[in-house]
Amino acid sequence: MLSLYGRQLSSRLLLGTAQYPSPAVLADAVRASKTEVVTVSLRREMAGGQTGGQFWSLIEQLGVAVLPNTAGCHSVKEAVTTAHMARELLDTNWIKLEVIGNHDTLQPDVFGLVEAARILSGDGFAVFPYTTDDLVVAERLLEAGCQVLMPWCAPIGSAKGPLNIDALRTLRGHFADVPLVVDAGLGRPSHAAAVMELGFDAVLLNTAVAKAGDPVAMASAFGKAVEAGHEAFLAGMLEPRDMAVPSTPVIGKAVFS
Amino acid sequence: MKALVKGAGVAGLTAAYELALRGAAVTVVEPRSDPTRAASWFAGGMLAPDCERESAEPIVQELGLGAADWWDAALPGHVARAGTLVVAPARDAAELARFAARTSGFRTLGEAEISELEPDLAGRFRLALHFVREAHLDPRAALTALRGRLEAMGASFVGAEAGQVSRFDLTVDCTGMARAASDPALRGVRGEMLILRTPEVTLSRPVRLLHPRFPLYVVPRPDHCFMVGATMIESESARPVTARSMMELLNAAYSVHPAFGEAEIVETGVGVRPAYPDNLPRVTQSGATISINGLYRHGFLLAPAMAQRAAQLAFGNSRTRELAHEAHG
Repeated sequence: MLSLYGRQLSSRLLLGTAQYPSPAVLADAVRASKTEVVTVSLRREMAGGQTGGQFWSLIEQLGVAVLPNTAGCHSVKEAVTTAHMARELLDTNWIKLEVIGNHDTLQPDVFGLVEAARILSGDGFAVFPYTTDDLVVAERLLEAGCQVLMPWCAPIGSAKGPLNIDALRTLRGHFADVPLVVDAGLGRPSHAAAVMELGFDAVLLNTAVAKAGDPVAMASAFGKAVEAGHEAFLAGMLEPRDMAVPSTPVIGKAVFS
Repeated sequence: MKALVKGAGVAGLTAAYELALRGAAVTVVEPRSDPTRAASWFAGGMLAPDCERESAEPIVQELGLGAADWWDAALPGHVARAGTLVVAPARDAAELARFAARTSGFRTLGEAEISELEPDLAGRFRLALHFVREAHLDPRAALTALRGRLEAMGASFVGAEAGQVSRFDLTVDCTGMARAASDPALRGVRGEMLILRTPEVTLSRPVRLLHPRFPLYVVPRPDHCFMVGATMIESESARPVTARSMMELLNAAYSVHPAFGEAEIVETGVGVRPAYPDNLPRVTQSGATISINGLYRHGFLLAPAMAQRAAQLAFGNSRTRELAHEAHG
């Protein structure tokens, strides 16, 4: 079972709640994916200092854990303030920490990220940092108090899938006991299965489901892919070899070639 | 039949019109002190059933297809039938492919055809989708004209208090977000827009700019004005437009044509769209009260069909399709 900051989860898929055609489709997608954690962006929904009341009750009615995020924050101060607002509004100490460093690629500002993670961990938050696949940054985040790491596999919403398998493998190799969640960049269920096969603990995605032709069917497809990838990882996969190995024995058969 | 219509936004006025056409004596009460605060005052006025299909349920397209004809019949001369042009910046070509895969009723245009259709966009986009059967109107002009048309038909307009004076056979509640307190399923979706004015750009039809983060549109209005809209934020706040949204709106306009960089910002506006969880409108009846609500971002597109449905209910002739969110999974 997956454990994130002490919370036991049977689903290894975390789902974002933005960009769906309607809250009703979002609710159906959450059910179809069997996810137990959804992320919610706070900054935008809090225009004017108030939340979208009805939207929040729709999210609450989903009956899953809410992981508020600091999407759209470009500085440590913004991110920290947003996290505190989230804790007050949603009564959770979970925070998906995003500190954006580049507007175009939405690449995390890893320096700001580490600083904000240190502040928030000190303030009693359970920090889920959205980071790159950089090993040293990952170490710094753990030192800052994070107990979960959320590396990207490609830029947010790009649907490119894992761009640097080696880096992901390195992270997994170095942090055998830290829950690692691939966050951002997944486009297809096969991408999700691929990173789960590497031994990642979970994946978080949004756009690939929300913007699919049929978000509900896609949510279900991702749910299955994540499960399949994880099961395959546990089962132990064959390593590729250069020579063909027949699945039926050839000993005793005449060899003419 | 004496009918009281509550609300003078697009839902109320179209309902009043359908009732008046059927011979009802209609009184429209505008509970808001200022009618220019209705969500429809900030609408884009696009009658775009084919484009909306990109994210809306099939029923929106189906019911919206008749909208241009309805407005044309009710208000001759107000509807411009020039279609919609959908474009994307060069590096977001994938967005155009995605949009095309999810919609129908368009022609794919190359550079030469784009400049033929919209000369000011010549050389700016390599590829565009032209949704040929779509139309647009100026929402404020249309609402004002529809009100005039209703008065000419004998309908009366009264302020909030006067509504209580006489008795009515039927009440049609079209008060939008004002009903949220008594209808817990209703939520608000904040939309921010602005109006730019520049004589340097001429467009004949709405231009939708696809963008992975900020899909926005520019709709030409009379007097060299352009409506740029609209954000979609899950919030009931009607506070002024935020700097971030303003930046997105201006960026979109600038991407469509750099001359918008020199345009005057004539107005910024914020409307809160009433919506149900499936983002589909509802016409419901409870005793002698019919409610039309949840038009979401489809006010001018779907109000005619909802008004017709309400009038059919009122006159006991309801053979319309049930509007329901399609079951998923």
